[in-house]
Amino acid sequence: MRYLLRKLGFYLVALWAALTVNFFVPRLMPGDPVEILLSKLGQHGPVSPEMRASTEALLGTSSGEPLWSQYLDYLGRLAHGDLGTSVVFFPASVSSIIEQTLPWTIGLVGLATVISFLVGVGLGTLAGWKRGSWLDSLIPVTTMFQSVPYFWLALILLFTLGSVWPVFPLNGGYDVYNVTVGWNGPFLGSVLYYGALPALTIVLSSVGGWMLGMRNMMVSTLSEDYMLTAEAKGLRPGRIMRGYAARNAILPSVSGFAISLGFVVAGSIVTEAVFSYPGIGSALLQSVGGNDYALMQGIFLVITLSVLGANLLVDLLYSVIDPRTRARA
Amino acid sequence: MTMTTELASVAEAGKTTRVRRIRLSNTKLATGLVIGGAIVLFGLIGPFVTQDPRLVNDIGLSAPSADHWLGTTQTGQDVLAQLAYGTRGSLTVGAVVGVLTLLLSGFFGVVGAYAGGWVDELFSLFTNIMLVIPGLPLVIVISSYVPDKSIWLVSIVLAITSWAASALVLRGYTLSLRNRDYVLASRVAGEKRWRILTVEILPNLIPLLASQVVFAVIFAILGEAGLSYLGLGASGSFTWGTILYYAQNGLALRLGAWWWFVPPGLMLALFGAALSLINFSIDEIINPKLRNQTRSARKGWRMSREQLSKAKEATL
Repeated sequence: MRYLLRKLGFYLVALWAALTVNFFVPRLMPGDPVEILLSKLGQHGPVSPEMRASTEALLGTSSGEPLWSQYLDYLGRLAHGDLGTSVVFFPASVSSIIEQTLPWTIGLVGLATVISFLVGVGLGTLAGWKRGSWLDSLIPVTTMFQSVPYFWLALILLFTLGSVWPVFPLNGGYDVYNVTVGWNGPFLGSVLYYGALPALTIVLSSVGGWMLGMRNMMVSTLSEDYMLTAEAKGLRPGRIMRGYAARNAILPSVSGFAISLGFVVAGSIVTEAVFSYPGIGSALLQSVGGNDYALMQGIFLVITLSVLGANLLVDLLYSVIDPRTRARA
Repeated sequence: MTMTTELASVAEAGKTTRVRRIRLSNTKLATGLVIGGAIVLFGLIGPFVTQDPRLVNDIGLSAPSADHWLGTTQTGQDVLAQLAYGTRGSLTVGAVVGVLTLLLSGFFGVVGAYAGGWVDELFSLFTNIMLVIPGLPLVIVISSYVPDKSIWLVSIVLAITSWAASALVLRGYTLSLRNRDYVLASRVAGEKRWRILTVEILPNLIPLLASQVVFAVIFAILGEAGLSYLGLGASGSFTWGTILYYAQNGLALRLGAWWWFVPPGLMLALFGAALSLINFSIDEIINPKLRNQTRSARKGWRMSREQLSKAKEATL
């Protein structure tokens, strides 16, 4: 229980820190984002006083209001889910844009990361168990994929599997012309087909890290005394591998999974840029290109929140699978 | 008598495998150092011997030839010259971020853990918060507010967002070091706190620090390349990332101009691989478990059937 409270307390502080960073970054940077944004909004139509107030609350104001009252106003607007109005997707509100794009990112990058984790940990277990086998010599190859910059690997795969041998579509999230969006077979099939190549690139570039980490932990675990005991008891090798070695060796990988979730969302920006995938990363890039500061801040906030939430989930899960963490707290 | 010779031969066998392992780790280290060193040399010397990377030529996009060893871009700029300047730019980013990460993670990881108490609590809270705030989006947000970015600004932003993970690693290791017997002994002997930190603890952290810096350099160079590829990198300077960005914008992929987009990516991959190799050998040096505590090594401890029977004879 104390462990839980401690964790929840940490995430509350982290949440507050993220909100504060989000508050100060536009105010400390050179230039006047509010004026740029409002003049852009003005090109689309008249700027209502509410729009002006909401933009100023989010990005800063030149009216000389003290910083702490701006801060309270900002927190109040966030509590009501008011993230301002987007310029690039005028007149949609920032929250509705995020609502549309977030499921694409979570679906593509989240699934690909889970697949990569499972495959990597599985292969790593085998490689550590049978050291010196062909699986072990696979590790340098996969780490090479890791040192290749992700977007370059993705570009090369897109070039070979998209234009030279057109097996996969070049860009987009689904077939825009032939299917209707909704819960129907053709649409889901098209989503899977369009997501296959991006998912493949994510798995290829990240599986090596999981495999290497798991394999090294397996090698360390194999030298523990309880492994010797298990062998001396004459247990079946498969049972020793799964029940004794892998079960203990997987713990750092699980906590690494939490940290990697942060890099998942970050990586999705590049993935979506290469494949023009309609997720939140593309929206962030479009907002950067169009100086759409409200949308940019909103997306940054959502990305941070989802990373915090995912980390909290994994932490709670970790306390279930490793009782020592609860005892230590 | 037979027993001792047997033991000697078993020890002999163990020694040869250890020698082989160390040699293996040395080949890794040597390969990494040679590739990495060659690229660093290219970045240092290359810009002095190649042509002007910005010089526009009316030959347009052309394949490698005697005049242009790696061909030209669509405005006739020499790719080899751009690559040389790009290498220098990317390595600068890597070096700056490496040094800054070393300082930041050393300060927040080692000093916090050694001081203990509320300083440690505060530092580790700060580190953990920096760890969960996603780096690349923050870099993108910060860099989008600044229209003209220098390569230094990009490096500093990358360093600020990337030191936290290695600070945590260092903290964990320092915590285990500060309670070792020899540290306690030197405290009892009345050594000053800063002396214990710099003379007793820091030298033991050097291999770990080295591998963290190598990681930071890889991360920074890849991060900068990704940022430049998205069009958010330093303006007006050459790095591997900006070459790829211009290649992408110049439709090098569609036109099949491999000499434009393959070399910078290959340089990135080679340099990353070289640094990873160096890191692996550092890992094997500091963590002997990775070297000889494996299942196959343990199998080597078993005595063969004849050794067993001989041992039995000897004891009888």
